[in-house]
Amino acid sequence: MTSQTEELHDVRLHVNGTVHEVRVPARRLLSDALRHDLGLTGTHVGCEHGVCGACTILVDGSPMRACLMFAVSAVDAEITTVEGLTESDGSAQGRLSPVQQGFSDCHGLQCGFCTPGFLTTITAGLRDNPDPTEEEAREMIAGNLCRCTGYQNIVKSVLRAAEIERERGESA
Amino acid sequence: MTTKLFGTKVARVEDQRFLRGQGRYVDDLLTDDPRLLHSAVLRSPHAHARILDIDVSDVLDLEGVVAVWTWDDLTGPMAEPLPLLIPHPALTHGRTQYALARDEVNYVGEAIAFVVAVDRYVAEDAVSRIRVDYEYLEPVVGIPAARAAQRTVHDDVPDNVGARMTQENGDARAAIADAPHTITLELDIERSACTPMEGRGTVARWDPDTSRLTVWSSTQTSTGVRGCVAAKLGLDLAKVDVITPDVGGGFGVKINHPWPEELLVPLAAMTLGRPVKFTEDRREHFISSAHERAQQHHVEVGFDDDGRLLGLNVEFWHDHGAYTPYGLIVPIITSTQLLGPYKPLNYRVSFESLYTNTVIVTPYRGAGRPQGCFVMERTMDAIAAYLGKDRTEVRSTNFIQPDEFPYEHGLIFQDGRELTYDSGDYPASLAKLKELVGWDEFEDFRAEMASQGRRVGIGLACYVEGTGVGPYEGAHVHIETSGKVKVATGLTTQGQGHQTAFAQIVADTLGVRFENVEITTGDTRKMPYAVGTFASRAAVMSGSAIHLAALRAKEKALRIAAEALEAAEDDLEIKDGVVSVKGTDASIDLGTVAVLSNPLRYAFDEASKAATQFSVGDPGKPPVDEDDEPGLEGKDFYSPERSTFANGMHAVIVETDPDTAEITILKYAVVHDCGHLINPMIVEGQIHGGVAQGVGGALYERMAYDESGQLLNASFMDFLMPYVTEVPTTIDIDHLETPSPLNPLGIKGAGEAGVIPSAAVFAAAIEDAEGFPITAMPISPSELFDLRLAHAPEATPTAAAAPAPTGT
Repeated sequence: MTSQTEELHDVRLHVNGTVHEVRVPARRLLSDALRHDLGLTGTHVGCEHGVCGACTILVDGSPMRACLMFAVSAVDAEITTVEGLTESDGSAQGRLSPVQQGFSDCHGLQCGFCTPGFLTTITAGLRDNPDPTEEEAREMIAGNLCRCTGYQNIVKSVLRAAEIERERGESA
Repeated sequence: MTTKLFGTKVARVEDQRFLRGQGRYVDDLLTDDPRLLHSAVLRSPHAHARILDIDVSDVLDLEGVVAVWTWDDLTGPMAEPLPLLIPHPALTHGRTQYALARDEVNYVGEAIAFVVAVDRYVAEDAVSRIRVDYEYLEPVVGIPAARAAQRTVHDDVPDNVGARMTQENGDARAAIADAPHTITLELDIERSACTPMEGRGTVARWDPDTSRLTVWSSTQTSTGVRGCVAAKLGLDLAKVDVITPDVGGGFGVKINHPWPEELLVPLAAMTLGRPVKFTEDRREHFISSAHERAQQHHVEVGFDDDGRLLGLNVEFWHDHGAYTPYGLIVPIITSTQLLGPYKPLNYRVSFESLYTNTVIVTPYRGAGRPQGCFVMERTMDAIAAYLGKDRTEVRSTNFIQPDEFPYEHGLIFQDGRELTYDSGDYPASLAKLKELVGWDEFEDFRAEMASQGRRVGIGLACYVEGTGVGPYEGAHVHIETSGKVKVATGLTTQGQGHQTAFAQIVADTLGVRFENVEITTGDTRKMPYAVGTFASRAAVMSGSAIHLAALRAKEKALRIAAEALEAAEDDLEIKDGVVSVKGTDASIDLGTVAVLSNPLRYAFDEASKAATQFSVGDPGKPPVDEDDEPGLEGKDFYSPERSTFANGMHAVIVETDPDTAEITILKYAVVHDCGHLINPMIVEGQIHGGVAQGVGGALYERMAYDESGQLLNASFMDFLMPYVTEVPTTIDIDHLETPSPLNPLGIKGAGEAGVIPSAAVFAAAIEDAEGFPITAMPISPSELFDLRLAHAPEATPTAAAAPAPTGT
């Protein structure tokens, strides 16, 4: 704390299929490293104490709070952020994933700030349970805060995402 | 208006960037600029103290620190108190804080020192090294302490009263004295806060090459911030641009301005010659932005055998915190909007706005209306209980009737204009609500539940909301030669889907494809005249302005097209961006009309070749007529005579656990009348969010200050914002559309409505379930449990007199 010069660590981060090398102090939060060192600002920080879930990312496929992890502890992990959710369809932008499309179809977002954390959480949730009941959909998002939507349309978005996933599976 | 997009559930265009992680919120900006500096603020740990000395010597040698400022470092207007944004003659003792505290701090969280460093971590390290010597002063916490005035917040405000205000229509006290029945009520509401997911934030960059300052701020008013920054930094307005990027929620708190950081960041950017950023963290948002809601009310009401309000006299005490930057807006709204859809024959209201050593109070969604609604609706329920009448019957007796509009209340509203309702049909709304919630069948349901040992209650609450306050908004519509339409309006967006709803209006008014319309909000470079997004005003104000501006552009397009097509303007129509002569093949697209509107000297592409001086115009006339301008544009402003009044009614059925006093929502119903709906999907989303915020405010959220003025629950761990598990599983919504006669689209605001009746409707339902009065909100299961003990037949006088606990 009192040392004038912080020790820096070379860290290799695997994010959305790309390898990034960053040099960060041990205390640098993974959320800050993603946002400010890698420029992946889609991951949002709403509380920095792990409650709101806006910063949720997938670490080796599991939802984790990026604000509760240090960048140095994410070495060798496969990280997926909201920027990595789109599916490649040959277009520059890529096509929205079923979860993203579900939110678009059901007006599952308003200001959009909490949205990335919901998208990543639900992406993992639907992997575990591709056909949730409404009650299970509720359970799936029960660890994320949203102040705009009252969650009504987010629950619908989860169910719609599962439906899109099935539709795409059938047409594939 | 017979059009196809207005009134339909058009999917939001802004969602694409949000869903892909491509939104740009203020903390996302300039992340790739290696010169960007970060700031942190030292905040008072004490609620009330004199600052004796600030020692920053340990900070200066910390590597990475670029600047540290206290009040002593500020000069000129920056060293003066922050502006009192909305002065009022009744605000006789208005006080505002300094950008950095001078001599004294008056709440935990008040800014004392500002550090700029290479990153936020280092800036916070530096903040922790600043040593301040304080002389601790006894704080004033809560309304009773403020009223008692044994201690004062400000030495020169001896009774802690910032303002006293009274309005009266008729002679309420005499009417109550003569009334056949009277009731007196004491009704309290606690503090809560907007709590957007994104806190405050500001980034500024000074460009020495052009001597220009650009400020990006997470605000509800770009033009307001611009005016303040220019004034405080001593810059010409023309040198300052303020841009509001994507905003992660506002709900009112971001209308207050300038925050200390909104001035310090631009000042630092200019002084240091490097871009500077401030991003508020969650704890800072709790202790250094703004709260609302805390009021205590004393009600006296006189009524006849039918429950008709003969006289209503309300006195209340409003806790405005340590300073009054936003004036008296919240208590004035309570005192006027309390009336709801009713017409008491005589009404008197008076309030005192009080200083406390707590975070400042500025409007939070609803802005004083939830308190007013709570007071009026609790009064209605008390009258119904007294007379043994159905609660809907007493309300019906007092409703303003559909043929009584415009209805004048004889009071002055928050905008300084007469409180005059424009339209509504309250009996029709109530009929819809009763149907939607099953009001008449409820006693059967109650009996059925009782037979299973379950306890349920039903409540309803009605409100009227003044929306779309002035003074004005404007819009600029520009049809480019590509046929694309670029629209700018100055107010900001924090989740309301303006890019979609406003584009719907333009597409319809102009006759262009929705996909070809692009809306910009909150950018003073594009529209320097604007007010802001608050008071459910964006759709009414900017929606109307955009419609008017689009009409002007259309007028011009038709004039030019008529000339080009050699047809009468009346014979033309515009569809999908093509102007055609009705019933013929003759047509010209709007892009070409745009080309013709702008005589050029230089050709740079095929389209512009068609517009050079040798191609267009009558050689006998000036290329641009005396009364004309080049370009296919329309600009207009909408400035209404007064506010438009939306209304609604909510009903809820709750179950209260006989053992644990846990409160469960079984059914929630909303009837909502905001005039014509631009996009019903967006309106319903607003209602959903409002209802959820209302559930939080009624059952979970409160600011738990201890007696020393420390906010004990300043985190998401302890301040209980609803997750999905706390909100109703469904919200049944029915719309009634009584158009406003005050604007061309017949619309009224919808943003705040969902939250207004929550405290009232939950109190009513819990009271109905429990059988004893609920007079203070929010209410937790433990408080309800204590109330049960207090009201139990064997309760001792001590238990009955015990105050409700204030913890969470």
